[in-house]
Amino acid sequence: MDRSKWFILATGLIIGAIAAVLVKLGNPPNMGFCIACFERDIAGAIGLHRAAVVQYMRPEIIGIVLGALLTSIFAGEFKARGGSATFVRFIMGIFMMIGALVFLGCPLRDVLRMAGGDYNAVVGFIGFVCGVATGVFFLKRGFNLGRAEYSHSNAGGLVLPLILLLFLFLLIKGTVFSPDAGGPLFFSTEGPGSKFAPLGISLLAGIVVGFLAQRTRLCMSGGIRDFILIRDSYLLLGFIGIFIGALILNIAFGFFKPGFADQPIAHTMSVWNFLGLYLVGLTATLLGGCPLRQLILSGEGDMDAAAVVIGMIVGAGIAHNFMFAASPQGVGIYGQIACVVGILVMFWLGFSFREE
Amino acid sequence: MEKVDVRGLSCPMPVLKTKKVMDSGAKEILVVGTSQVSKENVTKLARSQGYEVIMKVDNKDNWEMELRK
Repeated sequence: MDRSKWFILATGLIIGAIAAVLVKLGNPPNMGFCIACFERDIAGAIGLHRAAVVQYMRPEIIGIVLGALLTSIFAGEFKARGGSATFVRFIMGIFMMIGALVFLGCPLRDVLRMAGGDYNAVVGFIGFVCGVATGVFFLKRGFNLGRAEYSHSNAGGLVLPLILLLFLFLLIKGTVFSPDAGGPLFFSTEGPGSKFAPLGISLLAGIVVGFLAQRTRLCMSGGIRDFILIRDSYLLLGFIGIFIGALILNIAFGFFKPGFADQPIAHTMSVWNFLGLYLVGLTATLLGGCPLRQLILSGEGDMDAAAVVIGMIVGAGIAHNFMFAASPQGVGIYGQIACVVGILVMFWLGFSFREE
Repeated sequence: MEKVDVRGLSCPMPVLKTKKVMDSGAKEILVVGTSQVSKENVTKLARSQGYEVIMKVDNKDNWEMELRK
């Protein structure tokens, strides 16, 4: 195995270990990191949805983008770019979030849930692999969202990081604009949103993950995609590393509880665990990266990826306001419909954006 | 020499487009691209397919490589 492969394996181990430590320090169970859940909490913190149990300005997300930003600047890779079907990507971000909230987690949390002994996550994983395979089918047929172009100014690439810095400022300062209604940042007093590791540690953990993921190009959907497409296992090693790193510490901390029932922030409706991550895998493959990778790319100046990130935050608002999001009791009828609609939309896009 | 233009394309299009040309039996291919990620990935693909990689232009935001078999 060459050096780059050892590096990405080590990256995975470190991220998996950090995730378990964050749970130990206060993050919700099996949710040391979850890009979708944390973006959903951010949507709640800025008042885009009213699900009182999932509102918090997650410093991990801010740290990941800032870590990727700083790393790409030092590596000379920061460059504002965009224009590859940006609005379509925004809408795809919305559906990627709906899929994630039907399952209750992004692909990264799926790995962490498996490492916590949650068998429902294995069902989700199979759905994810099938979704990526479907995306590969479209890629092979010539699916392409188009070329991005470098912007003549780098300012556009700084917009999302600056918004997140403002959020960090609001979190640290804690100013309330409206004493009656609360906010602009809303915080859960119970439920997953009320569980968090200390701010500084969460932020630092995010920055470290942002650095590592930027350097290694870590991507959950990319790992499976490259293996199916060109039998390349590089990105897959990162995936495996996260699983092992989290598994070892979960066992050490006593977090590992194998089974289907009573798993933290999870439901047992297998069909929807499968289809939720199927939608995420398919969408991520068409977008060129999983929710984590979209965060890293937006730190590097990719404005199309930034549109996906904002799409996911808006999607979380929609998912909770319209009752699409699952709860530990399961997925409601509206969430089931939204998930199927999302899959159909991706099929339509997959066929439509075919380049000869 | 076959030319492949992967400028501004996101993963995994650069690899797919290059591989398509390789699969058609091309022995000499010129690939032009923009991102570092696509440079790394196309290089990796080329080596795995037994091509020699010669960097013609190697800047942070644009590159050109010649692949020979």
